[in-house]
Amino acid sequence: METLYSVTVGILTACSIFLILRGRSFPVVVGITMLSYAVNLFLFSTGRLTIDGAPILGTSDSYADPLPQALVLTAIVIGFAMTAYSIILAVRTRGEVGTDEVSDSNSEDNR
Amino acid sequence: MWQQHLAILPILIPLFTALLQLLPWGDRPQPKRRAIGLAASILTLVASAFLVIEVNSQEMLVYLLGNWDAPFGIVLMVDKLSAMMMLLTAILALPVLVYGCYSEDNLGSHFHALFQFQIMGIMGAFATGDLFNLFVFFEVLLISSYALLMHGGGKFRVRATLHYVLLNLLGSALFLISVGTLYGVTGTLNMADMAVKIQALSGDQAMIAKAGSLMLLVVFGLKAALLPLHFWLPQAYSTTSGVIAALFAIMTKVGIYSIIRVYTLIFGADANELALVAHDWLWVMGLLTMLAGAIGILAARDLRLMVAYLVVISVGTILTAYSLFSTQTTGAALFYLIHSTFITSALFLLADVMAFERGKTASRIVSGKKMANHSTYAVMFLVAAIAVIGLPPLSGFVSKLMILESASANGHNFWLWGAIIGATFIMLVAVTRAGSKMIWHTLSGKPSEQSAPLGKRIALASLLLVSLVITLFAHPIQQYTQSVADQLERTEDYPKWVLKAPEVSDE
Repeated sequence: METLYSVTVGILTACSIFLILRGRSFPVVVGITMLSYAVNLFLFSTGRLTIDGAPILGTSDSYADPLPQALVLTAIVIGFAMTAYSIILAVRTRGEVGTDEVSDSNSEDNR
Repeated sequence: MWQQHLAILPILIPLFTALLQLLPWGDRPQPKRRAIGLAASILTLVASAFLVIEVNSQEMLVYLLGNWDAPFGIVLMVDKLSAMMMLLTAILALPVLVYGCYSEDNLGSHFHALFQFQIMGIMGAFATGDLFNLFVFFEVLLISSYALLMHGGGKFRVRATLHYVLLNLLGSALFLISVGTLYGVTGTLNMADMAVKIQALSGDQAMIAKAGSLMLLVVFGLKAALLPLHFWLPQAYSTTSGVIAALFAIMTKVGIYSIIRVYTLIFGADANELALVAHDWLWVMGLLTMLAGAIGILAARDLRLMVAYLVVISVGTILTAYSLFSTQTTGAALFYLIHSTFITSALFLLADVMAFERGKTASRIVSGKKMANHSTYAVMFLVAAIAVIGLPPLSGFVSKLMILESASANGHNFWLWGAIIGATFIMLVAVTRAGSKMIWHTLSGKPSEQSAPLGKRIALASLLLVSLVITLFAHPIQQYTQSVADQLERTEDYPKWVLKAPEVSDE
């Protein structure tokens, strides 16, 4: 289970980094969204992976660490809001600047 | 007793004010919003001042949120450094808000609410004693900064904001990864508790923690605009409105604060295998940051861009001095931090009013029309330039002298002295050029008729006045920053304070 889990997180992270390095804002936004999935999975695993473990002491033989679950919840909420915001911003930039290229080629001269 | 709640007041006041500011407030809401905002800023200032006094006598205030015991619940941990940074934020926020009240707040919606959320995030980041809570407060201050940065709109502003947002989202993801890694090996998020657990690590576990700690350095370096991660700053600060840039003078300091906090308390000298993991990096990167900033100000053709690079230089100076890791240099670096925050903020505001009165030439460093309040700005520019460059007799000189003097005791003086004096020289050349172009070489003809409101000029003057006050009261301030540095060095005291913190009682 650990291997499968870490490979999944690794592939997600690798794909997201590939997308983030693209030169247009849309793939970058998608990449960051994907990275936040990878991060959430990673955070979840920091409490060690357990099966059949309730996050309450004494209810089962093994128990899960509740703290990473709380952290993931917080991270999901923040990540979701930020993704929504960055999509709106990307669309607005596309509308105002006229291109979604990230490169800086002629912004200095036109100021 | 109300004093026990003092630690959380600078967070709660802006929070509730921001909520108040979101109410509709009738047909003409702006005057009411301004009054509420100013009153709240004064209240925050008073609370922060009390906090500094209280911490000075009690060494540290620990506030258990929801009365959960220390390593399990979230704590606020206000030591002398936190209290100092909080007071700094509160003092800075007041003149900036006054400046903003002169119709800068009409450029976009929800200026006042966002302003208070911003202050709340910054205060929270300074106060918290929990690594994940630090992340949450970083997000609070970032989310409001995303919106504030594009306050007023416009093509370049939106574009700069997009870059800033995407970079910081990446930073947040890295922050979570590094916090997760550190939690995975230590099993705690409380900074003081983590400092204890880190000492026991060895072998593979220590290497994993090292990876986590260096990723954390990348995150804080991004916030502080440390060398390879500083590219967002000039663009973002020079395209946003002056009042926001002036407020953001404190934002890089949040990154610097986090670096000082984490790499002194958690990965400090006592951390066995992980002792001082970041300091060699900080030393090299800090020196290169100064160099990059110096090249930047020489190349800048816009006053606001130049000031943005001055911020970069100040970051380099502070972090290089801190990386020597002696109490004297840290104390001197903190003094320089106070000075540079106020002076760069004042310069952003000055560039803004000058750009307004110059009309078409705006803040570009070219000869332009005479400004309506030409001589006032000339004097202000002179004072600001002397202070920011570090010429005698103002605060810049005093603080740079302290850094140089304290560094000479450490044997690293060749590189540090060279970098600081070299950067000072380049600043002298670049700022003088900007001043003579914009103030002396004016075009003939009648001066501009646009005059910035008196209130803006007063707000600006009061920021400059703070620099004079820092010069006049250099000795007590220096004693305080020195006591901050002394306290930071006694890392073994932190777990004692935090893990045995008394519960907050009902009375």
